[in-house]
Amino acid sequence: MFRFLVRRTLGAAVILLIISALVFVLFYAAPRDPARIACGKVCTPETLELVRKNLGIADPLPVQYWEWLKGLFVGRDYTSFGRCDAPCLGYSFQNREPVLDTILDRFPTTLSLAIGSSVVYLIFGIGTGMLAAVKQGKALDKIASSASLIASSMQIYVVGVLATYLLVDQWHLLDRANYTPFTDNPAQWAQGLLVPWLVLSLIWTANYTRMTRSQMVEALSEDYVRTARAKGLSRRTVFFRFAWRGAMGPIITIFGLDLGMLLGGAIITESTFSLQGLGMLSVKAVSTNDLPMLLGVVLVAAGAIVVFNIIVDAVYALIDPRVRLA
Amino acid sequence: MSSTTPLLDVSGLTKHFPIKGGFPIRRTVGAVQAVDGLDFQVHEGESLGLVGESGCGKSTTGRLITRLLEPTAGKIVYRGRDITHADRKQLAPVRSEIQMIFQDPYASLNPRQTVGKIISGPMEINGIDPSGGREKRVRELLEIVGLNPEHYNRFPHEFSGGQRQRIGVARALALEPKLIVADEPVSALDVSIQAQVVNLLQKVQREMGIAFVFIAHDLAVVRHFSQRVAVMYLGKIVEIADRDDLYGSPRHPYTRALLSAVPEASVDTAPRDRIRLTGDVPSPISPPSGCRFRTRCWKATEKCASEAPPLARVEGDAAGHLTACHYPETEQTVPAPRLAKDPEAAA
Amino acid sequence: MSTPFLSVRDLKVHFSTEDGVVKAVDGLSFDLEKGKTLGIVGESGSGKSVTNMAILGLHDRRNTALDGEILLDGKELITATERELEQLRGNKMSMIFQDALASLSPYHTIGAQIGETYRKHTGASKKEARARAVEMLGKVGIPQPDVRVDEYPHQFSGGMRQRAMIAMALVCDPELLIADEPTTALDVTVQAQIMDLLKDLQQEFGTAIIFITHDLGVIADVADDVLVMYGGRCVERGTKKEVLRTPQHPYTLGLLGSMPSLDGPVDVPLNPIPGSPPSLLNPPTGCRFHPRCAFAEKVAGGRCSAERPALEVVDGRGSACHLTSGQKRELFADYASARTH
Repeated sequence: MFRFLVRRTLGAAVILLIISALVFVLFYAAPRDPARIACGKVCTPETLELVRKNLGIADPLPVQYWEWLKGLFVGRDYTSFGRCDAPCLGYSFQNREPVLDTILDRFPTTLSLAIGSSVVYLIFGIGTGMLAAVKQGKALDKIASSASLIASSMQIYVVGVLATYLLVDQWHLLDRANYTPFTDNPAQWAQGLLVPWLVLSLIWTANYTRMTRSQMVEALSEDYVRTARAKGLSRRTVFFRFAWRGAMGPIITIFGLDLGMLLGGAIITESTFSLQGLGMLSVKAVSTNDLPMLLGVVLVAAGAIVVFNIIVDAVYALIDPRVRLA
Repeated sequence: MSSTTPLLDVSGLTKHFPIKGGFPIRRTVGAVQAVDGLDFQVHEGESLGLVGESGCGKSTTGRLITRLLEPTAGKIVYRGRDITHADRKQLAPVRSEIQMIFQDPYASLNPRQTVGKIISGPMEINGIDPSGGREKRVRELLEIVGLNPEHYNRFPHEFSGGQRQRIGVARALALEPKLIVADEPVSALDVSIQAQVVNLLQKVQREMGIAFVFIAHDLAVVRHFSQRVAVMYLGKIVEIADRDDLYGSPRHPYTRALLSAVPEASVDTAPRDRIRLTGDVPSPISPPSGCRFRTRCWKATEKCASEAPPLARVEGDAAGHLTACHYPETEQTVPAPRLAKDPEAAA
Repeated sequence: MSTPFLSVRDLKVHFSTEDGVVKAVDGLSFDLEKGKTLGIVGESGSGKSVTNMAILGLHDRRNTALDGEILLDGKELITATERELEQLRGNKMSMIFQDALASLSPYHTIGAQIGETYRKHTGASKKEARARAVEMLGKVGIPQPDVRVDEYPHQFSGGMRQRAMIAMALVCDPELLIADEPTTALDVTVQAQIMDLLKDLQQEFGTAIIFITHDLGVIADVADDVLVMYGGRCVERGTKKEVLRTPQHPYTLGLLGSMPSLDGPVDVPLNPIPGSPPSLLNPPTGCRFHPRCAFAEKVAGGRCSAERPALEVVDGRGSACHLTSGQKRELFADYASARTH
């Protein structure tokens, strides 16, 4: 296990390094010059040069990248902004704030959105999926299967707008989506996020229902399930101790990857409900050519996916004794 | 044995599959010694049987001969031409002469192609245009393997298992090969169908003079089909001989044990003295030193552990009957002891 | 004669599928005494496995209809409730399967899987169950059973897995053991070990065994009586000697002729049965074997395709064929002479 973690962490670091380098290169391949934008309408070559220096983009590309990397580990000194302690992701071109602060400020929103909806869709998705698998071929299965097919083909921006219109504007049942930090007021935190949770969960529940059902149906047809029945074990025991054990692995794998992705920011969800999470931050960073911000957000998103990949593999090894970590 | 150059001459053939591992940098830490130093020849028009239990390397050998795998060491000479490390281009002319038939007639045919397309595939790839056209040739081939030529446009799923294996045979015959490597061609089939396919292969071999390397675990089927038989154990040939010599007077203790373990559908013949081999085949990652069979052999001594027996002729045996054993069985061998029931003592 | 330990009467197993009803087993009867082994031979689709899944009540209840009678020690199994069957499975009757790797749970240790059966039926504690598992593993010839009991199936070799499965099946001293092709996936030397083990255990416990296989060689080794199935029906029954020495049904004869032997002639072609096994969705009329039978035209009036031949059993011996015994003697003689050595 230790070897596995060390090896995979090293691998993850390499991946993140490559991603950051790629973003760097792609950014400079783009036709727009951030210094020109920051410089404003009346821009002399001298000011432009000064702005470049201030933004830290006057040096050649490799030097810039190296400076940025160094900042991550030992911090960085800017002529215009002063000291930026490690881990330093630089200063935003846009609002001149440290990138890390902005990300830390936005991350709780994204985290709340992801965790809250995950809890809901895991419980309902797996529950319905298992029920459908038990009642395979019966009415309940057919209803669950077709309902989840419909739900999973819907889009968040449709359901989200519709839900807000009905639940909030028309029937006044729930609050309009907004974010209050959990530490400030847990009740308000939950109230403000209820609508996005419901909408996000609806679609994901459908996916997890379908996945759970098919995994369970497959597991139930395994030879070892037949053996368990031949031993005289009850249907219930066989279902939970054998079939579910077999179906669990793939479901946890997908869940881990999904969660990793959600934590990187759900762009469409956030924009549908006007929540200021990492997704919105990245959209803004792209549209304003804010390289340090973009790098920061991309790194967090990629990091979340990479970390959850490692977690998923480790958990899988715990579930399935055939998997050896190396 | 004929003195002419053999169709296929294999010497020292070895295939080791590397095992990756280690920390923190992954590297090759060992090897599965799937095939380890095989020497044998196949002559024109003859059928050589390769028998052995799972993991003995017989299928790997088949894949090496057809160059689906790259040998680790050794030499494969086909009609005087060294093809051991021949690349795609150099292999092209040989590929058409060496064909393969696989075990699983379900998996080895493309389900989206018609039978006609499947069988003419090899001709297309090799740019061969038989007189009268490819379709005519395919119909001939279907006829030869006992299928209805009218079924030219059908898909594999419309055929039964036995018929599918016939399609596989027709495909192998399309290029008029000189050598066919058949890897367990009948073991997935029902008993009654097995016999149909064995008969077909025998007819093909005789009438067209095609040489076969016939790989199977069923000793009776191999005996029926092959003029010469090689017995493999853990990547090595332990005994090779003409059919009658091998089945009539096996020299290697493993050959004898293997033969005695085959259940026969007869209640009339006196029950053969069954030798109970104990334990399982050891891992090919770290095979036993010396003779690889020694851990399961009732005759093993220290010599067997220290010295690998060469594949050589035992005095009094026919030429070409080679055995790799320090203590070969003799005609009047005392019956092997009925070993006690501690199957994994050696494991 | 007292009532047999296991008695199957006119068993029918029909599956309903989208394409119609599959008559997987169509009127099968046999008896089995304690301590005896019945070998059931047949090719894929002959209904041999389906029969035994039905005995254990493991058929898929959603699409399977059972009819007839299965009496185990006087207890009717077809009408038994699921709960009653659960009490019997693994306890009074148990089963071992062909593919031991797939048939053992990859997620639980060997010891847990054996102990679970024991605990379910005896109410033993975890500790007792583990001790029992160790004892059983030792009995089936697994070395260091106290160590291996905590290992997982994938850590066992093929032969050892099958031994472990046998240990699991026998942990509650069942009176009936159904072995469904238990040696088919194994190498011959290991197959011989497993067959010896089953014979030894049968002697020790007096278990009745149903041994399902496609291999007449295996039958010759392990069975007392033989039942040959074709297309969901029994075509021939008798003792092992009777069936193998003087087969009475053209199908049995064909099976024997299809098999090469270790000392038979090699330069003559084998004598295969032409054609393929029948579709049970749309089985042939009359005798299900008649489209492949070499002797069908010897029976007058096309009876083979029109009329189902009755299986008349006298003293456990019988065959379902329209040929008269005189015809069989004459027609089968050539076959037999080709096989004598």
